[in-house]
Amino acid sequence: MNPLQLTGSAPAATNPAMMSRIRGLARRFDSRSGGRTVCAVMMMAGFGSVLSGCVNVTAPDKPIVIELNINIRQEVIYRLSQDAENTIKENEGVF
Amino acid sequence: MNKTRFSSSAAIAGVLALSFLGGGMALAQEGRDPAYAAARSAGQVGEQKDGYLGVIGSQPAAIQAMVRDINNRRRAIYTDKAAGKSTIEEYAFATACRLISQTKPGEKYQAADGSWKTRDSGAPDRDARCP
Repeated sequence: MNPLQLTGSAPAATNPAMMSRIRGLARRFDSRSGGRTVCAVMMMAGFGSVLSGCVNVTAPDKPIVIELNINIRQEVIYRLSQDAENTIKENEGVF
Repeated sequence: MNKTRFSSSAAIAGVLALSFLGGGMALAQEGRDPAYAAARSAGQVGEQKDGYLGVIGSQPAAIQAMVRDINNRRRAIYTDKAAGKSTIEEYAFATACRLISQTKPGEKYQAADGSWKTRDSGAPDRDARCP
């Protein structure tokens, strides 16, 4: 369906005159709705052809693993080397 | 009388010497829990290349719990030390480079390809990004 029919930018109908304007809009869409025919033809052509127009999203069966190693910057590792050494010495029980 | 006095003072001296020796040994192994030290030298646990301790193969629940506990403490240290310098992963990685270099022959470490290796007298097979 044309979204305009549902969420048209026209303000909400508050009096009979506006209601008739909205009805007119709806009629116009109905009269020129070639889209509806195409949709019906697609339906008749089979379920498969209708599905082919869809985007299927399937959840992967395996957990998504983010490879954090790509974030390790070599210059940072060099800079941290001495700092890491001190940390090891300060916490000998843990290392 | 004289003899007994001598023997008691000798005993005191012995106890003192033992306590000094014990103190010295405790100082040499500073902090590392005996169970942890044993698991390391037995090759039940090894140094991973990401800065954490790994369990090698299937080990008793006590070993697994010990490794989890040590890794929690390591993560806390890395988080604290990395602040303002780098990411936690980077800090942990830099520490791993050092830790793997410091493994003793017979201890296990994770090689650059991710496999477990036993440290020998040669240089360890570290990640290419290690300094």
